[in-house]
Amino acid sequence: MDGRIGEVIEATTTEFIAESYVLHQAPSLGALVRVSDREYDIYALTGLVSTTSIDPGRRPVARGQSESSPEALYAHNPELASLLRTEFHCLIVGHRPVGAPAIRHYLPPRPPQIHGFVYPCTPEELRAFTSRLDFLPALLEAPPRFPVDELVAACLRQASRVHPDPLAFCLAAGRRLALLLTDQPARLTALLARLKPEGGEP
Amino acid sequence: MSERDLPTGRRLGQVVSGALSKGLTVRLEGGVSVEEMAVGRYVVIHGQRRTFFGMITDVRLELAHPHLGVAPPDLSDPFIAAVVQGTSLYATLEVLPLLVLSETGAPQPVKTVPSHFAPVAEATEGDVQRVFGPEDIHHFYIGQPLDMNVRVCLNLPRLVERSSGVFGKSGTGKTFLTRLLLIGLVQKSPAVTLVFDMHNEYGWAGTSEDHGRPVKGLKQLFGARVAIFSLDPSSTRARGASPDYTVEIGYHEITADDIDLLQDALGLSPAAVETVRRLARHYGDDRWFEAFLATTPEERADLAKSQGLNPGTLDVLHRKLENRLQRLPFLKPRVTESAVQRILEYLLKGIHVVLEFGRHHSLDAYLLVANILTRRIHERYVDLTERAMGERNAEPRPLVIVIEEAHKFLNPRVADLTTFGTIAREMRKYNVTLLVVDQRPSSIADEVMSQIGTRITCLLDDEKDITAVLAGIPNGQALRNVLARLETKRQALILGHAVPMPVVIRTREYGSEQSYREIMAATPGQRDGRHSLEFLQRLADP
Repeated sequence: MDGRIGEVIEATTTEFIAESYVLHQAPSLGALVRVSDREYDIYALTGLVSTTSIDPGRRPVARGQSESSPEALYAHNPELASLLRTEFHCLIVGHRPVGAPAIRHYLPPRPPQIHGFVYPCTPEELRAFTSRLDFLPALLEAPPRFPVDELVAACLRQASRVHPDPLAFCLAAGRRLALLLTDQPARLTALLARLKPEGGEP
Repeated sequence: MSERDLPTGRRLGQVVSGALSKGLTVRLEGGVSVEEMAVGRYVVIHGQRRTFFGMITDVRLELAHPHLGVAPPDLSDPFIAAVVQGTSLYATLEVLPLLVLSETGAPQPVKTVPSHFAPVAEATEGDVQRVFGPEDIHHFYIGQPLDMNVRVCLNLPRLVERSSGVFGKSGTGKTFLTRLLLIGLVQKSPAVTLVFDMHNEYGWAGTSEDHGRPVKGLKQLFGARVAIFSLDPSSTRARGASPDYTVEIGYHEITADDIDLLQDALGLSPAAVETVRRLARHYGDDRWFEAFLATTPEERADLAKSQGLNPGTLDVLHRKLENRLQRLPFLKPRVTESAVQRILEYLLKGIHVVLEFGRHHSLDAYLLVANILTRRIHERYVDLTERAMGERNAEPRPLVIVIEEAHKFLNPRVADLTTFGTIAREMRKYNVTLLVVDQRPSSIADEVMSQIGTRITCLLDDEKDITAVLAGIPNGQALRNVLARLETKRQALILGHAVPMPVVIRTREYGSEQSYREIMAATPGQRDGRHSLEFLQRLADP
């Protein structure tokens, strides 16, 4: 394995769904991931994670009443790992043609291919991607099936940790948001409360 | 050195909108606290091609969205406060563009505005110094801009070119400023001055505004270059000075126009004033006062009958002239020597004249004497100037006449009657201008006010007075805030002809030994009141 965590099972120009190789092991909310093929590195933010039954007609049933812990439940029912799957729904936020020096904060010409491998981004990649905040305007306009503001805040919190001065990064991001959300002060206030550096773990 | 090489002040923000006619709006940057701003302070705007100089005339708080005013963000949280200040919550400055600095750094009048989002910085001391220039033979140091250690210098030849005014409500330092201006005028001598010194503040020791201790007057500083004329020599001597000349006014010098000017001061009815005109026609302009005062009640009754005058009015008039004017000790039926002639002699020699009123500082005495002397001196100046033009000789030295309570001479009712109104209107044609000192500029006739080239204004709080002082100044109304927020002491706004741009100053210190030494050090050497040839040439071509 080369660090890949899943593969694309559904893709459109703006977003894709990937299935995690390991049940319950999707990237965290707001995490930056990359799908690479021969032409492009496509960057996306993890926006919605779901774990469901493989068969849409059969919902899982509760079976842990007599088990000591959820872990014990899975240990006693090893088939569960094959009956369930974890998917993560990602919002495409940028790309880099192979060989190009800089990341472009806009959509690639085409979506990632089905079965494209999904990799988590390294701290260096995350720092490079968030060294400019030009992806924020499009992100704030993401479709409402994503928890947009939570996604923005989680992404920025994670990014702040890979920058040399996390507080300065959060302040710059906050100011950018304040200008972008001039006409939505209540939304801004809620977003800033989530972005605060001491606001807890992402 | 080009202006681009000079150090620039702290960046404050950028121009976001504006108009030449209304001023510029500057959005403050996040890191700059609105509480550090102050109206009256200078900023430098770095346009794409030119550098503009402006003054802050208003400071405003803005919300990016009105909802923020209803549900304010939690500013107790330092992170939220740091984010929203300068973004969602911001401040703007209203900036009045005053000057453009050319490539060589020379200030020029502003005829356009800087382009969009031009950066705005605090003016540095170097910037301000370049605009006002150093103190030299033409420039007199009068004070410092707010929060800056820079000398603001008045261009004195330009100051005396037109009439000027010192305004401010009482107790704000008009006398102090006027004394400083007079020191400048004597020191650099762009003109001779004739001061009608109502309260004996300028010639010999006056009192300082701050502590009431005595400060030196002009005569003490400049000796023979200043002469003290006195209407009340015993009072002048009691204050330790010896008058150079005692002024007496002959009855024949009082005309009907003088009485008209005194209408309010003497409480005369319009009918009484008209009666005076009839009397002047009847007895002759130079005899009427003496002849009328000498009349008995019977003679007045006959006079009323023969001239068709109201006997009651005649009696009242007689009583008032007798009680209020005739008792003035400096009014004499006969005078041996003309005070006007002596004053002129001094003035034409370049010696500045301060006329002290001593204890006769009542308004009627002041109005009467100032008007009589000024009328005669002005007549002589007109005569001398016209003769000089005809014969291509040197014109007489420019003369500045200093009057206090100026609105009594220049209010709309009497401005046409008094010589002061004439002087103010004809400007420098005859080399005579006014320096008016007043606390009610709104009472001065508009047409006179519009001729006042340099206005030095201490605090005014009456709306009408503020409007009057700012009338005719480009974008003057933008300076309202500046004017209404001056401190009550030792601060003044200077506008107009003698300064390259409006400036708020802290008045220069005066009254300490150090200040006297500084003034003497900056005074050119001529102590005899005469000027060098070079100086006269400069006067001819300022």
